[in-house]
Amino acid sequence: TRRSCMSAKCKKILQIRFILIQNRAGKTRLAKWYMQFDDDEKQKLIEEVHAVVTVRDAKHTNFVEFRNFKIIYRRYAGLYFCICVDVTDNNLAYLEGIHNFVEVLNEYFHNVCELDLVFNFYKVYTVVDEMFLAGEIRETSQTKVLKQLLMLQSLE
Amino acid sequence: MALKIVKGSIDRMFDKNLQDLVRGIRNHKEDEAKYISTCIDEIKQELKQDNIAVKANAVCKLTYLQMLGYDVSWAAFNIVEVMSSSKFTYKRIGYLAASQCFHESTDVIMLTTNQIRKDLSSPNQYDTGVALTGLSCFVTPDLARDLANDIMTLVSHGDCVKRKRCSVLIMYKVFLKYPESLRPAFPRLKEKLEDPDPGVQSAAVNVICELARRNPKNYLSLAPLFFKLMTSSTNNWVLIKIIKLFGALTPLEPRLGKKLIEPLTNLIHSTSAMSLLYECVNTVIAGQYCSSVGSVVLCVQKLRILIEDSDQNLKYLGLLAMSKILKTHPKSVQSHKDLILQCLDDKDESIRLRALDLLYGMVSKKNLMEIVKKLMLHVDKAEGTTYRDELLTKIIDICSQSNYQYITNFEWSVSQPVTPHPPGISVSWWTIRVFAVAQMATLLDNAHLLTGSMQRNGICEVLYAAAWICGEFSEHLENPLQTLEAMLRPKVATLPGHIQAVYVQNAAKLFATVLKSQEGNTDSTTAQETSQLMIDRLPLFVQSANLEVQERASCILQLVKYIQKLQQKDVEVAEEVIALFAGELNPVAPKAQKKVPVPEGLDLDAWINEPPSESESEDEQPKAIFAKEEPKHSRPRHTEVDEKELARRREARKQEQANNPFYIKASPSSQKVYQDAPGVEHIPVVQIDLSVPLKVPGLPMSDQYVKLEEERRQKERAEKKKKEKKKRKEKRSGRGKKHDSGPESEEDITPAHMVDIVTEEMPENALPSDDDDKDPNDPHKILSLHFFGPFQVVVSVIFENKCDSFLKSMEFNVLDSLNSKLQRPEGSGPHDGLTVPFQLPPGVSNEARFVFTVQSIVMPQKLKGTLTFIVKDSSTHEKLDFKLHFTCTSYLITTPCYSDAFAKLLESGDLKGSSVRLEGVNMPFHHLLARICFHHHFSVVERIDSCASMYSRSIQGHHVCLLVKTSGQTVSIDAKCDEPTLLGNVLDEIKQTFSQC
Repeated sequence: TRRSCMSAKCKKILQIRFILIQNRAGKTRLAKWYMQFDDDEKQKLIEEVHAVVTVRDAKHTNFVEFRNFKIIYRRYAGLYFCICVDVTDNNLAYLEGIHNFVEVLNEYFHNVCELDLVFNFYKVYTVVDEMFLAGEIRETSQTKVLKQLLMLQSLE
Repeated sequence: MALKIVKGSIDRMFDKNLQDLVRGIRNHKEDEAKYISTCIDEIKQELKQDNIAVKANAVCKLTYLQMLGYDVSWAAFNIVEVMSSSKFTYKRIGYLAASQCFHESTDVIMLTTNQIRKDLSSPNQYDTGVALTGLSCFVTPDLARDLANDIMTLVSHGDCVKRKRCSVLIMYKVFLKYPESLRPAFPRLKEKLEDPDPGVQSAAVNVICELARRNPKNYLSLAPLFFKLMTSSTNNWVLIKIIKLFGALTPLEPRLGKKLIEPLTNLIHSTSAMSLLYECVNTVIAGQYCSSVGSVVLCVQKLRILIEDSDQNLKYLGLLAMSKILKTHPKSVQSHKDLILQCLDDKDESIRLRALDLLYGMVSKKNLMEIVKKLMLHVDKAEGTTYRDELLTKIIDICSQSNYQYITNFEWSVSQPVTPHPPGISVSWWTIRVFAVAQMATLLDNAHLLTGSMQRNGICEVLYAAAWICGEFSEHLENPLQTLEAMLRPKVATLPGHIQAVYVQNAAKLFATVLKSQEGNTDSTTAQETSQLMIDRLPLFVQSANLEVQERASCILQLVKYIQKLQQKDVEVAEEVIALFAGELNPVAPKAQKKVPVPEGLDLDAWINEPPSESESEDEQPKAIFAKEEPKHSRPRHTEVDEKELARRREARKQEQANNPFYIKASPSSQKVYQDAPGVEHIPVVQIDLSVPLKVPGLPMSDQYVKLEEERRQKERAEKKKKEKKKRKEKRSGRGKKHDSGPESEEDITPAHMVDIVTEEMPENALPSDDDDKDPNDPHKILSLHFFGPFQVVVSVIFENKCDSFLKSMEFNVLDSLNSKLQRPEGSGPHDGLTVPFQLPPGVSNEARFVFTVQSIVMPQKLKGTLTFIVKDSSTHEKLDFKLHFTCTSYLITTPCYSDAFAKLLESGDLKGSSVRLEGVNMPFHHLLARICFHHHFSVVERIDSCASMYSRSIQGHHVCLLVKTSGQTVSIDAKCDEPTLLGNVLDEIKQTFSQC
């Protein structure tokens, strides 16, 4: 039944299905699931997304159809930031959402690079959680998110 | 105990932390799996320790490994342990691990309920935060049931805004898992739509949008609230969600669409965010708003900007949205053909494919040749790619759509190497079949070029048609023997079965023709050689795996063998062989059967035989055919019928059939009847324009035809112009220079040959005047199909009570016309009045809305109506008569138009002109313009001195263009519109306006 979340039955939901950050080699740098999948399904999705996204080059659009859904992605250096949403959802809004997220990461890690994400992977999850919640947009204001992140960091 | 703790922390110093693990994995690229398995062993050791810091570190590393795809479900219990740590840093690690690893079937989840409840109600907002984020990922039906109340408490009493926002967002997940919680929670959720904090508000919007998309009906009542939010909110995310929500609600409540169109258009005008713009445009074109044409024009304009952008994303989305508009407003899109054609050169294939899709829908008689020519250029460029296949498929689709209605020049289309020609089409091309046969023969000869790559696309289907045409019309072949030879090549066996079958069958027809010509000669050996050719080649097909091919081939093979025997005895066989395939296949109109008049005395509904349900005793009695039988009688009683009776009936039936002239008997005479049918000469055939060469060696370049076609059209146009000029001179001289129809319009193009269903064979006595006998070539029908009504028009009526008494029980009624009807609730009769939903105290006015369905907007309508009411004091029934005037003007919408778009519109030549002259108008020119703008919903496009161009659009998308000129007290208005009736009426109304002043 968990697999059915990627089926037509759940198509009506306008929520993010998952957020992935992968490098060109297909290594996962972040995988945030907003639908419940079992572990095998998660791995399969990660591999499929990698396969459809990395073959595309700069001249292509930043959206690609994926199963019954679509992936909105952006490439920053060697990293692909992908969001999987419903086909009827607003491509441009999520494209802006990804960019907003990357700008926050950049600010938070001071010129973020892939290694920052690797060594602080749990912090990246915190950033995601501050900006997205339950598949919805939680906060878009960069200042508010950064303030909250600094507060959390001070608790460690 | 103390020692144990000390030992734990000493051990810890040697533990790997996350950084070490990451580094280690990077250093063991070759044996990563082995390295990780040792790490997992270490982690298992660490988890056995009591020290929570060690455990948390271990769990953190496990989460990382889980992300890389390793199974860590075995550590679920340890994760719960870390979650329940009182230290926030550890708690957070625990919750992160849980949200990544837990799912509904993780059994330890039930152990977490109390911990999560504690965290949710913790005074520390960060504890609550992690608990909520975690819960959003792994909430189960049990958790949702147990914690729903705690979350609701947070929603309504949370003092911290952040907490409130998160708990609102998570509500949707809770509703999903535990639907019973929705009902009690909904009032609170609704309250949050008006929360002072925009964050909480937007969270509530998100949740309600999701809910409403699942079941829009229940959320209609919230529409006013959302409408308020939509006009007040500045958050683009929220706006997008609300617009999406309205998209789901509008189909249920069409009035919403009319209300929304204004704020949506405002947003389209004002927003700088592409995402919001795109959402608005998409919603406007989604269909529910299509009655408002002005906004569609605006959308197309904005989309053009997107498509022209260098950003691939915008380009792609622009094209995507454009194709949606195309379905409802093809004309608005067609004027951007140039732009779409440019997109075919884009380097991104997905954009090219989108553009191709669009072109498919944009094809008209006027531009078909041009578009196909452009596409053929691209076919050459795209050699050897899958894109090329797509291109070819599209070209075929474009040419063949709607039964070839757009093809005006058949020679041109036949010369296209890829256009498929189903036999039915070729049959109707009487005038060009000679030409077609020659082309098809060439095609068959070159079939080897077509097979191979084309087989995939089904382009070889063209060979199916080619073979049939060559066989059926073999008498027109220049060299039938060569074609026969081509059709029997071994390579044919690689074609799909159904095509081979046609090949075999038609090879036989050809064979007959060849024999005929050869027997005429004195040399009988050539005829025998032909038979030998057949006997040599056919066995290949006899072995075919396809049953159809096999069957036909073996039949024909035996036949040819027999013929060969006869030939050896010097018997002339050609005539008899030809007879096998005698009779020409004449085109039959699809409606021909319907038009055969039923001969007098024939009752098609009457039984020919005895109805089987009758029992024998009833046989002699006269029966009412249409009378209802008793149900028990109608059941056939098979059991009662004995052998003798059956034989008797069979005999009777045979007797009856023999006497019945309409019974089609199983006799071979049908072939004869076929031959006796009127031949080709009875069919009205239009002469072929001899400027087109009939026999073209090889496959001619299609450009040749494009040129010819253009010349032909030019000639026609020139002639037309001459005629027009004459007409004008007769009417009035020195006017209408601007109306010289520039480029040709759709209806100017007459087909090269009048060959279509109209000229098809009709049975004798066919009744010509059927309502379905409309000319299928009528361009209006094709282009404006979707423009046909009925439309809904909402009329708001203001009732003002001017008397001193209280009025009640008002009933509003209108005498419907054919064109305009008042919509009445279901179940009420066509003359029933509608109750006005309010009463009127003295001096009060109120507004009520009534919906009318209007079939056509090109004619004004005056509807008579009555209002009945009761005066409360005197309790008397009163009646008030009124007239509702639906002017054509009222269907016009003020639509801004740029001067270049205006010029293009006039140039397009799709519009028809008309003019009106107003005498004795005594007012300044700008007053005059303002009056037209105000009363007739026009907007000024451009004004130069005493001359102005004006524009408006009808709700059905008719363009109305005016050119207003004044000199002294005379005003002349030259007008153009794609609907002459509408234009005439609008002009009349304008005239009316000025005659009153």
